Amino acid sequence: MGDIFVLAEHRRGELREVSLEMLAAASSVASELGGKVLAVLLGSGVDSFAEKLAGYSDSVLYVDDPLFADYNSEKYQRVMSALISQYNPELVMIAHTTQGVDMAPALAVELKTPYVPDVTGLRFEGGRLQPVKLYYQGKVNADFAFKGKPPYLLTVRESSFLAGEPSKQGTVEKIDSPLKEDIQYRKFVEYIEAAVGDVDISQAEILVAIGRGLKEEKNLPMIEDLAAAINGVIAGSRAATDAGWLTHDRQVGTSGKNVKPKVYIAIGISGAFQHLAGMKAAKTIIAINKDPNAPIFSVADYAIVDDLFKVVPKLTEKLKELRG
Amino acid sequence: MKMFVCIKRVPDTSEADVKIDQTAKNVDSSRFSFGINDADNYAVEEAVLIKEAKGGEITYLCLGPKDADIVIRMALAKGGERAARVEDPRINYRDPLQVAKVLAALIKKEKFDLVMTGCMSSDDSNMSVGVALAEELGVPHAAMVKKVEILDGALKVQRELEGGLSEVVEISLPAVLTIQTGINVPRYAPIRGIREAQKKELKVLKLEDLELSENEVNEAGSQVELLKFYIPEVVSNAEIIEGAPEEKAEVMALKLVKGGLL
Repeated sequence: MGDIFVLAEHRRGELREVSLEMLAAASSVASELGGKVLAVLLGSGVDSFAEKLAGYSDSVLYVDDPLFADYNSEKYQRVMSALISQYNPELVMIAHTTQGVDMAPALAVELKTPYVPDVTGLRFEGGRLQPVKLYYQGKVNADFAFKGKPPYLLTVRESSFLAGEPSKQGTVEKIDSPLKEDIQYRKFVEYIEAAVGDVDISQAEILVAIGRGLKEEKNLPMIEDLAAAINGVIAGSRAATDAGWLTHDRQVGTSGKNVKPKVYIAIGISGAFQHLAGMKAAKTIIAINKDPNAPIFSVADYAIVDDLFKVVPKLTEKLKELRG
Repeated sequence: MKMFVCIKRVPDTSEADVKIDQTAKNVDSSRFSFGINDADNYAVEEAVLIKEAKGGEITYLCLGPKDADIVIRMALAKGGERAARVEDPRINYRDPLQVAKVLAALIKKEKFDLVMTGCMSSDDSNMSVGVALAEELGVPHAAMVKKVEILDGALKVQRELEGGLSEVVEISLPAVLTIQTGINVPRYAPIRGIREAQKKELKVLKLEDLELSENEVNEAGSQVELLKFYIPEVVSNAEIIEGAPEEKAEVMALKLVKGGLL
């Protein structure tokens, strides 16, 4: 294997954990197939990130330029394209995040390069790298092989690899920006913070969370009864907030909030990875879902495989009895 | 505003048992129910809202079998002028870059202001087609959009980031947007619209109509090979609560209250 590029991701003065996860994944490729791990960093005032990345890579290439003060996929694409032509890596890893998915597919088209998105695992067969990708909301896996010419481009799902501890002392090289002027056709304007709601679900001790399985808003009182019986706060998956059953500040998951309550009761939630990422740290997880293969059960401590409309009212009734 | 909206017919597998078929490269879809991809449904609504506010026309594009016509007609019933569906067994529907190539061939010949599609399909979830399509068309894009404001020759859009944060970006038109769920409230197709939709143009096209060579978009021409599908081992350490619904509820309630979980 030739060199491996890992595009580091950061936002608002923070290096995102997925950068280190990808460097760990890249190191595992390098130890199986050879090659060097190069962290690529684009930003403004990011010396400290470059230093940190050096602990996880053989070398760090970084551009420090006000042009990259904020993420802009079009600018990133131009620079990545130029650096890839210059350094000829064999493998390029970009995070499958809101930044990465806004850029990697266009880069793949531009470079006419083999591309596998949303990779959750890496397998090695006969000296070849086989990325693993999930289909049908995690119910099916697929193994891929590259056919075309390198570089091979992957986007890597967050939390799929363990970041590990810094164990390298890579060289750090600051390079001139291949992009000399700002672009006009896409401009970053500003960040908008999440709206603050009446309750902060990330502080709640007991969460009763609902998902698509609740079917209709008119079924919400049944959940409110349960929450009232145990002094719980109602939260939900993306499906529940998209449907307007709950306000967005009650959304658990990657695009909402991370929670770690004492008890998390997941009702009619299948458990998309974005949701699991936000709640798997809960102390006790109880999942009620009629599909025994629902991914939510992979993180649950107690599994109730049944029709939620039959179980929840009875559960509320029993809880009320027991708690007097 | 001349708009194209790319939509996909997908199986609802949220509660379905998914089985791999004999080829090991596909799933047995004989028992699935199908509908419009969730995020695409929001893209349809956004286009109809823009048309209502600013005028314009909407063309729906879809790759897939004749069964997808139901999904296309439902979109046409909500608003929009015409649709085209590409059905060709030579197309490798699993490769998002090849799908983007087919869609680009459909759009390239015409003038357009805005192309929208869902940011993700619920079956393949590549989150790639829209952004790849923008590159094929040589226009700017923004992915995971949850608010669109139309300016003069440009768009101001809100992109959803992680942790509840959003960013606002301005992009020039023409452009491609991938639409995130929750951006609007998709309407139900009105009865009258459903009747009218039956009369709207729905072209069915093959590769030859698009002037695409087979090798650009077939499996042999893909730069990656899907080796095999398999069912992942679900590692669950959960204690399974057995019994009738009432018994399960009682056992769980006891654990919560007497077991000290609460």
